[in-house]
Amino acid sequence: MKTRLARHWLSGAMIGLTYLAAVLATLPLLLILFHLLRKGAASLSLTFFTSMPKPVGEAGGGMANAIVGTLTLIGIACLIGLPIGIGAGIYLSEKRSTPLAHSVRFLSDVLNGLPSIVMGIFAWEFLVRPAGHFSALAGGTALAAMMIPLVTRTTEEMLRVVPISLREAALALGYPRWRTSISVVVRTALAGIATGALVAVARIAGETAPLLFTAFGNQFWSTSLREPIAALPLQIFTYAISPYDEWHAQAWAGALVLISIVLVISLAARFVTRSRFGAPVD
Amino acid sequence: MTALPAQPLPTDRRRLRVHDAAIGDRIYEIVTTVCALVVPALVVAIAIAILAAAWPAFSKLGLSLVTSSDWDVGAGKFGAAPALYGTLVSSAVALVIATPLAIGVAIFLSEFSPVWLRQPIGFLVDLLAAVPSVVYGLWGIFVLVPMLRERVMPFLRDRLHLGSTPFFSGPAYGPSMLAAGVVLAIMALPYISAVSREVLIAVPRSQREAALALGATRWEMIRDAVIPYARSGIIGGIMLGLGRALGETMAVTMVIGNRPEISASLFAPGYTMASLIANEFSEATNDLHLSALMAVGAILFIITLIVNAVARWLVWQVSRGRAV
Repeated sequence: MKTRLARHWLSGAMIGLTYLAAVLATLPLLLILFHLLRKGAASLSLTFFTSMPKPVGEAGGGMANAIVGTLTLIGIACLIGLPIGIGAGIYLSEKRSTPLAHSVRFLSDVLNGLPSIVMGIFAWEFLVRPAGHFSALAGGTALAAMMIPLVTRTTEEMLRVVPISLREAALALGYPRWRTSISVVVRTALAGIATGALVAVARIAGETAPLLFTAFGNQFWSTSLREPIAALPLQIFTYAISPYDEWHAQAWAGALVLISIVLVISLAARFVTRSRFGAPVD
Repeated sequence: MTALPAQPLPTDRRRLRVHDAAIGDRIYEIVTTVCALVVPALVVAIAIAILAAAWPAFSKLGLSLVTSSDWDVGAGKFGAAPALYGTLVSSAVALVIATPLAIGVAIFLSEFSPVWLRQPIGFLVDLLAAVPSVVYGLWGIFVLVPMLRERVMPFLRDRLHLGSTPFFSGPAYGPSMLAAGVVLAIMALPYISAVSREVLIAVPRSQREAALALGATRWEMIRDAVIPYARSGIIGGIMLGLGRALGETMAVTMVIGNRPEISASLFAPGYTMASLIANEFSEATNDLHLSALMAVGAILFIITLIVNAVARWLVWQVSRGRAV
């Protein structure tokens, strides 16, 4: 039998280890942000946002087309993904325990865990292969496929928080079910649903793998959604694995811009819920 | 007393409204149901897309796809064993590194953290999940890989004398299985810790108080009363992290070295299924090559599907048992 002292020693040591784990777990993020700021800020200037990529060997240039491309892809993904995801979320909150509801819940979670490259293959098979060319639409669809399960689950969770008494009050006043759902339940949970949407956008904004076979990237401006389109993550990838120092610098600047976009959206998501419900909901 | 004039209009209007409501409800129900049906349809469509694209390779190459390590596009040989091996090993390395850290953080946050630290640390760890994988890759190439090559690998091999084991021997390449494992560990960490924290918080107070009342130290309380209660949930969290690690593409592609060889040493470069697809897809010259890549994708799809389904089931069981 161990002595009392030894047991307390062990307890103290293990608790100390959890403190150490907390420090070690926060370290990578701080390191990454530190390096991004140090290396990215140096090559970041106004021209980075306004000019096109320069050929190898020429310093300067920017990623204007990639930034616009990423915003375009996010826009397409939102147009497709948000209505479907929110609709499915409403279904789950209205019909909580139908067989369809159970399977949608489970399959959303499974979809959420699928590798993003699989979504790329899916969009490629259905949209790129038959069309014979890469396109912004295919890229947006792949991203939308990633958004749908996420938005579905967060929407449902937010709608569940709405007190049943609100719903009953509206029904008692003679509102039909659909109006109760839209103008009372959904409206009450709107901030939460917006948070879910923002979290989903933050997640897809930095996705690269599904765009490899769909949006493909483009050194120039795209004039149509049926053409390949540039995207910030793709551009960063291409530049990072290139052997040129100028391109590496551009990749760091691009990464700084990308992570700023993602962090701003993530923080906004946190802020929206906090102001409404008092505590963040993850 | 005059007779009240007949007023058929309001009644009709009311009836009309009820009728409207019924139609409105019906439309609303149909629209939301269709949205909900998109989710299962998506799963089916993804499965069909991948299996259809992979079929030619499966039927032509059969098992050699996963047993052979001979990947020679020119000769029409597609053995993806090294990629399969690399996916499994890099994910295993990631879990070995990430699991203790993630559970440590989760225990810290649920049991020991001062209240003012709980939010910020939890937030910082959660943010790890928001960092795009290409940013991890960039950081991996230019910061992590040089650090591993110059500091960590020589230290492990020569100072700790691990060089005599096959896992830490040989020349210290920069891009390596170890680099991939470390990056994946960082990426899987937030998922494991988020789920673990949730299930730890769900452990009833009485469980803790009972252990303390019996004279347990705080660590014994965690070990004997809290963790057993949360075990299957934590395992579910680890499986979720595993699912992430198995399918991660960009960050791994950028740091693993992309060499299709099986080597016991973690210092040597490797390949993963996802990076194989990402690298060769745009250069795929003939149909069989393309189909072989899709077959690799199909195997990856099936593995992650199973891992995720099991993970969700485990987490779901815990949260269902815990529903108060």
